[in-house]
Amino acid sequence: MSGVVVVTRREFLGTLVSAGAFVLSARLFPGGPADAAAAGGALWHPGVYLGIEPGGTVIIITHRSEMGTGIRTALPMVAADELDADWQRVRVEQALGDPRYGDQNTDGSKSIRDFYDAFRTVGATGRLMLERAAAARWGVPAAQCRGERHEVVHAASGRRLGYGELVADASRQAVPAAGELRFKTPAEFRYIGKGVPIVDMVDICTGKAIFGYDARIPGMVHAAIERSPVLGGRLASFDDRQARRVAGVRGTAVIDAARPPYGFQALGGVAVIADSSWAALQGRRKLKATWEPGPNAGYDSEAFRKSLQEAARKPQKVVRNIGDVDAAFARAARLHEAEYYLPHLAHASMEPPAAVADYRSGAVTVWTATQNPQAVQDTVAKALGIGKKDVICHVTLLGGAFGRKSKPDYVAEAAILSKKLGKPVKVAWSREDDIRFDYYHSVAAMYFKAATDAAGIPTAWLQRCVFPPIGSTFDAAQRYGGDGELAQGWIDVPFAIPNLRAENGPAQSHVRIGWLRSVANIYHCFGVQSFFDELAAAAGRDRVDYFLQLLGPQRRIDFGSEGTKNVNYGKPLDRYPWDTGRLRRVVELVAERSGWGKKKPAPGHGFGFAAHRSFLTSVAVVVELEVDDKGGIRIPRVDVALDAGRVVHPERVRAQFEGAAVFAASIALMGEITAANGAVRQSNYHDYPVARMGDAPVETHVHLVASDDLPTGVGEPGVPPVVPAICNAFFAATGTRVRRLPLRGAGRV
Amino acid sequence: MISFMVNGKRQQVNVAPDTPLLWVIREEIGLTGTKFGCGMSLCGACTVHVDGRAVRSCVTPVSAVAGKSVTTIEGIPEEHPVKQAWIAEDVPQCGWCQPGQIMAATALLAENPAPDDAAIDDAMSGVLCRCGTYQRIRKAIHRAVGMKGKGGTP
Repeated sequence: MSGVVVVTRREFLGTLVSAGAFVLSARLFPGGPADAAAAGGALWHPGVYLGIEPGGTVIIITHRSEMGTGIRTALPMVAADELDADWQRVRVEQALGDPRYGDQNTDGSKSIRDFYDAFRTVGATGRLMLERAAAARWGVPAAQCRGERHEVVHAASGRRLGYGELVADASRQAVPAAGELRFKTPAEFRYIGKGVPIVDMVDICTGKAIFGYDARIPGMVHAAIERSPVLGGRLASFDDRQARRVAGVRGTAVIDAARPPYGFQALGGVAVIADSSWAALQGRRKLKATWEPGPNAGYDSEAFRKSLQEAARKPQKVVRNIGDVDAAFARAARLHEAEYYLPHLAHASMEPPAAVADYRSGAVTVWTATQNPQAVQDTVAKALGIGKKDVICHVTLLGGAFGRKSKPDYVAEAAILSKKLGKPVKVAWSREDDIRFDYYHSVAAMYFKAATDAAGIPTAWLQRCVFPPIGSTFDAAQRYGGDGELAQGWIDVPFAIPNLRAENGPAQSHVRIGWLRSVANIYHCFGVQSFFDELAAAAGRDRVDYFLQLLGPQRRIDFGSEGTKNVNYGKPLDRYPWDTGRLRRVVELVAERSGWGKKKPAPGHGFGFAAHRSFLTSVAVVVELEVDDKGGIRIPRVDVALDAGRVVHPERVRAQFEGAAVFAASIALMGEITAANGAVRQSNYHDYPVARMGDAPVETHVHLVASDDLPTGVGEPGVPPVVPAICNAFFAATGTRVRRLPLRGAGRV
Repeated sequence: MISFMVNGKRQQVNVAPDTPLLWVIREEIGLTGTKFGCGMSLCGACTVHVDGRAVRSCVTPVSAVAGKSVTTIEGIPEEHPVKQAWIAEDVPQCGWCQPGQIMAATALLAENPAPDDAAIDDAMSGVLCRCGTYQRIRKAIHRAVGMKGKGGTP
């Protein structure tokens, strides 16, 4: 069977489709056939819903969140292509949070990777059933009928019937088996590989688009929450007399303090309840709250940095080992050492977290900008002591997310307050809330040591990283990097060096650690690609030539036989191998397109190179950077080459990589969260700057490898290699090595 | 009561005079196209026009616009060359900052009908985009200039 069914019981689709529509759903097996076999006797979990109205409108329900990647357009486009629908007659509807959609967590650059096949299958199924319905009506063989642009056509007789006219008949057809489906060949694709404007384009450009911050319902009050500046602090006392005098303030309400592990719990604090956002913010300013600071009161990020660096200089847990690094060091011609450090980073999406919740008699409805509506259901259900199905989660557009909005603590706040107050409540975080109470990207200290031969080629390579892991947010005892973090550019360093050892040391977290766009790849790639550049510089070698020499002959890295655990972004290595040939190809492509080695840098300019595979996508980058007389940094040009397998929407993929270069520029040049006495010191864009137009690469040229391979991921893999490429370009321009980020940090540039 | 025009329509609001224009537009008048981003005039997401000039509504007390004419993203016609250029260049990613970007760009072009890259960078550097759409914004502004030249109305 194909995993597709005609849906007759569809109450949970609400009013998204009419009673007379033909609705199909496809069962999703993100892991491919192996997953499907494993799910053999499991419950029915359809994921994709496609409906055709009698009037001909095709409704495609998207269960993924739109935060700027274009996924709300790209996946429906895949189904519409196989259905051969006219895109002008397709309506995209946003799914509620519901386990019946399968996985909805829009995270990990996996939406196309996991759902491309399912959307194709549901579209191809619909087309075949419409063709068969038309054939039956005309009394001709189905093989003579073809779905084309919203009609079934019988070429021999010239007869045509619109999809809408066939809805009733098609829904009575038996669902075809997988083997009966005829998928389009790439040459037949109408939308896949070509693209259409994103469905939200006009609404965004006219101000009509509704984000979480824009959600409102009648009778709603606004809450601004004062939280403990130190994670784990508890409310000692508060005085709200001044706050209550602010016009529009109705009162205050206490949210109980979260207990470790913090997970997605509401942090707790004192909420000022008011008739408007402004009154709530003014009232909060007048609130006097005192806190017992708790176990993290001593957290000082500067002292913490030193302790992590100390740890990185000592032997730690071995997470990958090839050959004998120590023996090679003992007989080395030359040794090299370097340390790198990356501070905490904040997500700082332009729309801060926001949610509206309406609790009524045991059930709650929320409207929020979330990457993960089912996590909203779980978190809110737990916070209110109600069932998961009693949490209705409407997903709005997300004004940026980068991983922050998959952590629904802010939704729990709104829900707790709505239940407490007996009325709908909106919690809209200020920028200060967002910067001070983020789930921060982890700090990381790294130590590298290499032995090189007379030609400057490494004979041994040792790398150690120490960082508080994401797992600590969910298990307070966790100190070591998780398998997922270590597989993000650490245990999968692709260099063919005969002696290679990777280690990981423990660290305790004092803030909530979370995933941020491209996650542990950011620091691992910064360390590895910077150290590679240092060795190349010491050998006096061209970076691209040296990189390709270290990469060695084309091979699929055999982690299994070397005894290294590589979770490979949750995908089996046989279907998604670590193929060094794909990385080589993008290195060669970026060198060619950027004119690498052919241009002499202008005075004050330098070229930097880096290459990295993350989220199963191979990416290589060349950055041109300029440093002026006053030390000001400009990035005139970035070239990015990538191999992400089959690309569904090339224009949106280019946009992702253009944006990733800007995101990386923020990390390399200016991003730094610090803490003193347990509290985060930054609060807004003046002290946590992100790249402005003049800081960003002036031109980013994106070069796609044409491929029919399985789609991999595009939202995140553009970020990691740009960071060290900027640093390597800075070295080329100035001769100064960047071992600690950001470049513009105190006392560095 | 404070009285002013919003997108050509007279509005009277009964709020504290120091209330930022942003919150009045969003919550009293109900136009949510104007976005909050920082509350400190750092990010430009809240950019509107007051008597044709770009201002940051998050730090503009509503009393300062009494008797004046405010234009928000909803008041810029869809066929405006800047909006059309934005669509043609596929500028938006998440879209949150784009109303502020469009308001800053329309104000720039009203003052300088053919800005070069340096003038664009200068005028647009006050509006942050975390998705990183800057190079498309620059292209879209140049395109809008070209469209106006071909008879489009500003």
